[in-house]
Amino acid sequence: MARDLAPDVERLLQFRDPNIRKKAALCSIRIVKKVPDLAENFINPAASLLKEKHHGVLLTGIQLCTDLCRVSAEALEYFRKKCTEGLVKVLKDVVNSPYAPEYDISGIADPFLHIRLLRLLRVLGQGDADASDCMNDILAQVATKTESNKNAGNAILYECVETIMSIEDNSGLRVLAINILGRFLSNRDNNIRYVALNMLMKAITVDTQAVQRHRPTILECVKDSDASIRKRALELVYLLVNESNVKPLTKELIEYLEVSDQEFKGDLTAKICSIVEKLSPEKIWYIDQMLKVLSEAGNYVKDEVWHALIVVITNASNLHGYTVRSLYRAVQTSGEQVTESDAVDVIEVAIKHHTTDLTTRAMRIKDIIVQDKGNLVLELQQRSIEFNSVIEKHQNIRSALVEKMPVLDEATYSGRRAGSLPAAVSTSQGAALNLSNGVAKAAAAPLVDLLDLSSDDTPAPSSSGNDFLQDLLGVDLSPASSQAGQAQKSGTDVLLDLLSIGSPSAQDSSFTPNALSKSSQDDKTSIGALERLFSPSAPSIQASSPAGGSPMVDLLDGFASGPPLPETNGPAYPSVVAFESSSLRVMFNFSKQPGNPQTTLIEATFMNKSSVIYTDFIFQAAVPKFLQLHLDPASSNSLPESGNGSITQKLRVTNSQHGKKALVMRIRINYKVNSKDTLEEGQIGNFPRDL
Amino acid sequence: MGIRFILMVNKQGQTRLAQYFEYLTIDQRRALEGEIVRKCLARNEQQCSFVEHRNYKIVYRRYASLFFLVGVDNEENELAILEFIHLLVETMDRHFGNVCELDIMFHLEKAHFMLEEMVMNGCIVETSKSNILAPIQLMDKAS
Repeated sequence: MARDLAPDVERLLQFRDPNIRKKAALCSIRIVKKVPDLAENFINPAASLLKEKHHGVLLTGIQLCTDLCRVSAEALEYFRKKCTEGLVKVLKDVVNSPYAPEYDISGIADPFLHIRLLRLLRVLGQGDADASDCMNDILAQVATKTESNKNAGNAILYECVETIMSIEDNSGLRVLAINILGRFLSNRDNNIRYVALNMLMKAITVDTQAVQRHRPTILECVKDSDASIRKRALELVYLLVNESNVKPLTKELIEYLEVSDQEFKGDLTAKICSIVEKLSPEKIWYIDQMLKVLSEAGNYVKDEVWHALIVVITNASNLHGYTVRSLYRAVQTSGEQVTESDAVDVIEVAIKHHTTDLTTRAMRIKDIIVQDKGNLVLELQQRSIEFNSVIEKHQNIRSALVEKMPVLDEATYSGRRAGSLPAAVSTSQGAALNLSNGVAKAAAAPLVDLLDLSSDDTPAPSSSGNDFLQDLLGVDLSPASSQAGQAQKSGTDVLLDLLSIGSPSAQDSSFTPNALSKSSQDDKTSIGALERLFSPSAPSIQASSPAGGSPMVDLLDGFASGPPLPETNGPAYPSVVAFESSSLRVMFNFSKQPGNPQTTLIEATFMNKSSVIYTDFIFQAAVPKFLQLHLDPASSNSLPESGNGSITQKLRVTNSQHGKKALVMRIRINYKVNSKDTLEEGQIGNFPRDL
Repeated sequence: MGIRFILMVNKQGQTRLAQYFEYLTIDQRRALEGEIVRKCLARNEQQCSFVEHRNYKIVYRRYASLFFLVGVDNEENELAILEFIHLLVETMDRHFGNVCELDIMFHLEKAHFMLEEMVMNGCIVETSKSNILAPIQLMDKAS
């Protein structure tokens, strides 16, 4: 329809009656917006509209030209060449026009026309030096002559500044424009300040230095009582921040965060967080600032920000001590204040992440329980209940937690103390060892309780407990376990390492395979560690010196040293294909030790069905609570292609419900194909009965 | 297009006149009006006359018990819109003689005529009071 009507509309643009011309112009705008191809037909008639005397028609004509320029580059070029001078003359006439009662608004002849003209000039001058040159004089005249004590005048100035900022560079005019903005910004009228902020935002791309000069004023505006102004100013500050001024600006913003109103805090925290994330010069500063924001307005912080923070914390192992200390302090101070819920929030979210270190966790657990018990605030109760449910998912350890409160207290306190001593943070781990040695033994018991691993006093770890521990502790167990391989001090040491937050850095430097174990989260190494953890009184085979190396072997997975195991007494049970996928087959052979019907020895054989070698092969297994699982090291960690070889690994499963329940196992196999990680998981239920 | 809608709302939040330059369903309009009116009426004299809402910028001005709210896009010159509101009020003033809420209520069609003379398709097209009022006076004479 637009195409059909276009010729008629075009004709009507030259109609005698100004009202018709006006409407035809508006109609043309619609048409060219719908069908940009038609723009060229309208260029000439539109240009002739610019010579109109009737203000209404002129207004619409200018609008039409502006829209034409937007949709068609050709039109833009044409108007630039042919009409710039004409427009400048029109503007000059309007500016210098004698008093015209018809169009006069507070002493200025038709500000609307001014504004439209300036806007069209802006479109024309953008990116074109000649056109910009042509309009310099008139812009300077408008900028200097227009009275700024009336709203209409200010509107024109505002538009003029915008035009100056968008056209090609002219330093004289720019200075003029920035000065006008400075005047606007110090104006008492909020409307004017608002537009000034708006304008500065556009100016920032052109001349950052000039805008930086107004920074103090802008910061004042962030604290204004008016929401619109605050919002604008905040966005502006956000754009103003760079590496050199990020520290003082963030400090200001955070200080303001403490006193700002509730509804503004959301915006403010979002902005602060992204500033801090984007521009933080160092990690310690980042953590510091984030913690401040969290303790001020934790409720408003988005989830992604959390994730980012926790990732940063976990990656900065040398800052763990510091972080834990500040977190603890934050929790302590907020304990009595209104921000309790924030603090609990902090804790809760952190707990859901499996990546923070144990000490942090233990402290948080304690704190939650303390607050849980001591508080009647609804929000808090809700939080603690949520937290409880988190725990309950992991085998209902709540009661144990609450019972053992006092001891746990001590353990966490020792952790905190270790963390708060700078020596532990920065220097050798020996210092840390000495520091908390005394407490560590006491801590062993509650910790065990905390994790609910050996409530029945069996020192050997069950595999399910192991799983749970892994869930709870995530990566952090592995560095601790690797530490165990190195230090010969058995259980207490490991615990100590778990507790003393200061040591991870030392570990990192002293023990290189750490990274490996961190990434692989090797089940077996954790078992080794666990054994040390839970049997300090009866260090079993692995804790003695020859086996002291065995976790290390586990860790590296390369040495086929496997401690000699008792010979099997004949395959009394048929072997089964425990797991089979398109790329892998796992066979289980079973045997029993004479006189010990509960324990089954399983020899797992892994076959590679594909034509590519698998490297970094790791087999992990988990069993339900009534079973206990022990994995020996595998024969190798690389699996040759197409069945040219195999890996064997021995497993020892003890069934405490022998004769009542059959074996069941969940397995997970990690390996690398062409250095790409692959993961396979499965459940094994086809064990022969009576195992 | 610069102007998206024009509203006149009294102090109680009842809409007296509404003119939209883009298509919204009645329900959408009602929701939008409710939100905007609540936001604007809560503001005090000292605060500035611009409110950002959804993707609009609302420029408003209060005359006695009547609020004039104009929704514009981000391109528009806010101060000019403020001036436009004033021009609209002056035009009504000239026609009705000391215009009040009741005038607009009982002569809604005239208020609309004026608006339509001044704004078409979201674009200010006429700023001369006598030009705006000429057709209305013709109609008055004829009736």
